[in-house]
Amino acid sequence: MARRYDTVIGLEVHVELATKTKIFCSCSTEFGGAPNSHTCPVCTGMPGALPVLNRQVVEYALAIGLAANCEISRVCKFDRKNYFYPDNPQNYQISQLYLPIAANGFVEIEAGGGKKRVRIHEMHMEEDAGKLIHDEWDDTSLVDFNRSGVPLVEIVSEPDMCSAEEVIAYLEKLRMIIQYLGASDCKLEEGSMRADVNLSVREAGAESLGTRTEMKNLNSFKAIARAIEAERMRQIELLEAGKEVIQETRRWDDNKEVSFAMRSKEDAQDYRYFPDPDLVPIVISDQWIEQIRARQPEFRTEKLERYRRVFDIPQYDAEIITASKHMADIFEAASAICGKPKKVSNWLMVETLRLLKERNMEPEEIAFSPENLAKLVELTEGKAINSSVAKDVFERIFLEDVDPVVYVDEHGLRMVHDEGELEGALKCVIRENPQAVFDYRSGKEKALGALVGQTMKAMKGKADPGLVNRKLREMLSADK
Amino acid sequence: MKNKISDETIEYVGILAKLELSCEEKENAKADMEKMLDYIDILNELDTEDVAPLSHVFPVNNVFREDAVSQRDGSEDTLGNAPLSKSGCFKVPKTIG
Repeated sequence: MARRYDTVIGLEVHVELATKTKIFCSCSTEFGGAPNSHTCPVCTGMPGALPVLNRQVVEYALAIGLAANCEISRVCKFDRKNYFYPDNPQNYQISQLYLPIAANGFVEIEAGGGKKRVRIHEMHMEEDAGKLIHDEWDDTSLVDFNRSGVPLVEIVSEPDMCSAEEVIAYLEKLRMIIQYLGASDCKLEEGSMRADVNLSVREAGAESLGTRTEMKNLNSFKAIARAIEAERMRQIELLEAGKEVIQETRRWDDNKEVSFAMRSKEDAQDYRYFPDPDLVPIVISDQWIEQIRARQPEFRTEKLERYRRVFDIPQYDAEIITASKHMADIFEAASAICGKPKKVSNWLMVETLRLLKERNMEPEEIAFSPENLAKLVELTEGKAINSSVAKDVFERIFLEDVDPVVYVDEHGLRMVHDEGELEGALKCVIRENPQAVFDYRSGKEKALGALVGQTMKAMKGKADPGLVNRKLREMLSADK
Repeated sequence: MKNKISDETIEYVGILAKLELSCEEKENAKADMEKMLDYIDILNELDTEDVAPLSHVFPVNNVFREDAVSQRDGSEDTLGNAPLSKSGCFKVPKTIG
């Protein structure tokens, strides 16, 4: 390809808020209920039903807006977006078009070795739609309205990104902010965070933007990266062949790694928005904003700064730990109990990350309690168990959140500090391994390792390897 | 009637509203809509430059609920309105997505 192209990307991110109830009715938002068990006349659009706004939705939206440096609208209201689809029982979605709750913000991302601001165009509250399940048996669709009316915040960025790397950095930043606020768990795979990618290409240096497409059905960071690369190439190939990019919505198929047009402009995307007469305006006072601001948590930048001052752990460790609010909470709680932040950090940085990776889990899914991690640190520091036993015990903690003190006692894993017993075992090992003893005495330092191993085995792993090493050296040089 | 509704417009509005109209219904709807537009023209004679759009007539705002679950399993009532159902869900003609 002779010409060079720039990619221009903007994102529409939907986040399901962590409220207990839906946005306009008191049905539960809990995931996994029997189909249609969390429904009522409001969230199934029955005539005459009256929606009443959940205060917590506004508070979460305000918190996210403030954290993303947005201007908060002092008066905002809801509008109806009209369209017909079986997942939408009212035949309109209650959303905000004319006066969204927040606008003109930004978040800072790090990508390509530098810092960059991605501007937020606007942010609004709306309701989720029901869920359609395709029934293969009789070629029909089944509708479950449990998700209908679950509160969403939609965050619309400016077209400020130019690569998959920047898009992912932006999404990770948003996710971190929202998780720190506790406003959503932001799981892409489960759909509590959804990103639609608006992408266009233009010849390098061109002033005006090219025609953009909107890509939907992106369920992981990897799928987003693949879809961006594929869509960029598809558009460039069209332009190179002298064809035009059509403004349309496309659906990504991550198994086939291609996208398909869902609907084009000709299908009349005419939503005929108008103010919802059932929902009165929301007036947001300075006082309310200040209350929300005062409740904002310590975000990552401040946390990092505090860790630098308070805890003696490497900067790199602090960055990994604070990337997840949940991990940072565990770190702080466990360190407060045992008073050994460096040791706690080591367990998180090495064994925890290893087990998470092995099981393809996110740090947010860590299920053990800081108390049990702190107890494990105390057991190892007090030389009650050695480090290889500690690793095994940690795995039990990670998987089942066992109490390590109880577990160690039940399984008889405490280190043996009885020197008599150790000496007996050492004598036995020396007697039974004349070759290794000879090798060591002839200057083969390596042979000692085999003898330490034999002794640990004889002690059923419950000796202190350092002490075994020292004793062994003493005995081998004394008996010469 | 000053305003004229074309055949294309009435066709388009019909598609948006998911309505199938007979020729006679279309003609009636056209006449009604032309009348409405003429009336809007009267309103448009006023200068509303400095008037904020009004969405609600009552001086009420900030009506909220607390975030507490109070609904019980509503599936029976909800599905009572379903012309067709299967496995606790509404059954509808095949749709994508």
